[in-house]
Amino acid sequence: MIFKADLHIHSVLSPCGDLEMSPSAIIAEAKSKGLNIIGISDHNSTRNALVASKIGQKNDVFVLCGAEVTTKEEVHCLCFMPDENTLLEFQNFLDSKYIFFQNDPDKFGYQLVVDEDENIVDQIDTLLINAIDCGIEDLQKKVYELNGIFIPAHVDKPRFSLSSQLVFIPENLKFDALELSKYAEKNNFLQNFSWFSLNRFITSSDAHYIPDIGTVYTELEMETPSFENIRSALKNIKPR
Amino acid sequence: MLLKDIIEKLELKVLNLANENVDVKDAYASDLLSDVMGKSKAGQIWITLQTHKNVSAICSLKDLAAVIIIGNGQPDPDMLEHAKEEEVCVLSTPDSCFNICGKLYELIK
Repeated sequence: MIFKADLHIHSVLSPCGDLEMSPSAIIAEAKSKGLNIIGISDHNSTRNALVASKIGQKNDVFVLCGAEVTTKEEVHCLCFMPDENTLLEFQNFLDSKYIFFQNDPDKFGYQLVVDEDENIVDQIDTLLINAIDCGIEDLQKKVYELNGIFIPAHVDKPRFSLSSQLVFIPENLKFDALELSKYAEKNNFLQNFSWFSLNRFITSSDAHYIPDIGTVYTELEMETPSFENIRSALKNIKPR
Repeated sequence: MLLKDIIEKLELKVLNLANENVDVKDAYASDLLSDVMGKSKAGQIWITLQTHKNVSAICSLKDLAAVIIIGNGQPDPDMLEHAKEEEVCVLSTPDSCFNICGKLYELIK
């Protein structure tokens, strides 16, 4: 069966995420757009992912739990964890790598942890869009040590991407797929950066506002959505 | 000015020595590797805070005279390894980007 997956969505935990982006509103929009699988990938934090996953379970939307981590080279990478324990361990890892900078919500936006009923349960102090003190290869090793999924984000973008920050794909870097932004076709990325070709690509919305969710997505083939099946489906994407 | 004289005058720490007799007339400062790939010119010194192995790869591809890592940054071990193999000159300084650029500008411009 073919499942529609949008693996890059920000919630109210990301300072740049709209205040409407509560986990319940995200799930409702994903469902109405016909998405079967979504990824909750806030900047440098996983703290709203589990709540989204719980709401998703009740609404037949499978949620990959993780974060979009900014490495010390300022490359954005999607990192997803297979279960609650590894997600917690990954969050502890992130906590140990933050370079503290007090968030000013008036300038950057609120960083809110919420519950299933949209109550605010916590507010994160350190600005989550900064780089953490960890290079891209070390981050990938940590993700794979925890049996996670690792996808360098929007590799075609001229900012915060593998192509903008490092130009080449480091030869020792492993990944499950590379993500293209919704603008990748327009900017002819794979023609201009031919050395990125022959990899497996997904496309996601990088939604910060409700209407953005599912504007682009990736079709993944599997029996039924699960973490392992998604990992296998990513491996079966035809390289281009 | 010869690279070896620049190293001496700016008291740069040598992490991997190469190209010491190259005559340097210009430099380029940027932390965005794609920018350096596009806009730097052969023979320039590159000033950056980045320490990834790809820094050394770009020095070698663009035929840059040397890279100066600012703020006492330590190159990643595989960057130094690559620099040795490819004969890329890797230097470091405790100075900020602004200060080392100013000193270098005084010296060669």
